[in-house]
Amino acid sequence: MSITLDQATIASLAEHVENAELECREILKITDDYPNMTFADATAIQWEIRRRKLERGNKLVGLKMGLTSWAKMSQMGVEKPCYGFLMDYFSEADGAAIEWDQYIHPKVEAEIAFVTNKDLRGRNITVEEVLDATELVVPAVEIIDSRYKDFKFDLTSVMADNSSSRGFVVGSHAAASGDFDWSTLGVVMEKNGKIVELGAGAAVLDHPAASVAMLADMLADVDEYIPAGTFVMTGGITAAVLVEKGDCINVRYQGLGNVGFSFV
Amino acid sequence: METQLIHQLGDELYKAMVARTTIAPLTTTHPDITIEDAYQISLRMLENRLAAGEKVIGKKIGVTSKAVMNMLNVHQPDFGFMTNAMRYDDEMPISRTLIQPRAEGELAFVLKKDLRGPGITNADVLAATEAVLPCFEVVDSRIENWQIKIQDTVSDNASCGLFTVNEAAAIDPRKLDLATVGMVVEKNGKVISTGAGAAALGSPVNCVAWLANTLGQFGITLNAGDIILSGSLVPLEPVQAGDVMTVKVAGVGNCTIQFT
Repeated sequence: MSITLDQATIASLAEHVENAELECREILKITDDYPNMTFADATAIQWEIRRRKLERGNKLVGLKMGLTSWAKMSQMGVEKPCYGFLMDYFSEADGAAIEWDQYIHPKVEAEIAFVTNKDLRGRNITVEEVLDATELVVPAVEIIDSRYKDFKFDLTSVMADNSSSRGFVVGSHAAASGDFDWSTLGVVMEKNGKIVELGAGAAVLDHPAASVAMLADMLADVDEYIPAGTFVMTGGITAAVLVEKGDCINVRYQGLGNVGFSFV
Repeated sequence: METQLIHQLGDELYKAMVARTTIAPLTTTHPDITIEDAYQISLRMLENRLAAGEKVIGKKIGVTSKAVMNMLNVHQPDFGFMTNAMRYDDEMPISRTLIQPRAEGELAFVLKKDLRGPGITNADVLAATEAVLPCFEVVDSRIENWQIKIQDTVSDNASCGLFTVNEAAAIDPRKLDLATVGMVVEKNGKVISTGAGAAALGSPVNCVAWLANTLGQFGITLNAGDIILSGSLVPLEPVQAGDVMTVKVAGVGNCTIQFT
């Protein structure tokens, strides 16, 4: 699958999608106007948005995988994962009162995140190799905020939109990669004191580390890799939960405490 | 409901179980049936099993998850009795003893002390628990096409079929956060669902306390040595001959069930 759009179109679509994020307003999915655009086109648009942010002085703080669980794929009607980047201003503190108005229609999902300590490059990387290249594992909650109206999109559109990235909260209890079986680790999400979602690590591609391996594989398509020291969010174990101003979220992780915050 | 009718319906359910057939929903044939009637019918069905030589070795709680509560449009759990004839061990093959089975991953509690409600707290449950085991419950319904309302499943011994536990994976409950403990279910080698302890009424410990307190109202005790099935943490999965399923419980171990 190759790039079919010319550079000017890629740049203009990147500006269009990024402006929706910066101005906090929804747009129609871009495949409505470009029905034949490819996943490679969408990837190029996402990388152009990333370039624009870096040029503006934002700092890259991590990478993420999206749509890695069967729950998420069926919720969104897609059949393959996507990836995105995380910028410094996406980060919110554990326990924070987060300003809701900075988002369009935010949703939260519980994840397991990795920090690598070796470069991960190329295809067919195994779960064991990822674990061996892991400095630590930490619970994290992602705040996704698709720029597309009503969160309605296809895989191509969402990839161009940086896989709906907009925020994340990292928990305070990290562990070594060998401390737990990350596939069976349980996660329970509560909204305003009520259990709303739950699951275990295997909801993400059978093992969260497999999501890191798939990220390396997808980056190889554009001759990129995961450098040592990268924070990688592996994708939601639970379905994404819509949040409103005033909502409190608390996610309990088996053996790793909780991640909690509120929207004000 | 008259005692004679209760006996008749309990006997019909027992005969259906033995013959591996189904009967029409009791809520269709007897629309006025109450939950209280249903418990009496289930006790009659159990009397038949005991008369045939089976022994009660434990109890189960059912209808503990949101999904099943919504399916039955009922917002309280129910209970049933487990007998020695229902018990299988890890990897033991199971052949044609069921009608329309569905498997669910659970945690089983083995008690070392009696628990008799009312007044049983979660602390009492934890103090009375010898071990927690990974478990499959295979529910089965003697009611046509699982067309059950709460009175139907209660009458039918909470749709008990059989269960498999892996005693080798028994763990001290003090070593586990039972509310967040993760569960992964595989069918024929593929992950089909995941869950966590909180799926059952917020915690499997809540379930066992509820069961002790509810059975206490009927004068029934959870006995030392009983195996208590604490409710599914994942959606029900239909199974047939040839299927192999494994449940993996974080920090505990696995239990495998195979249908031949």
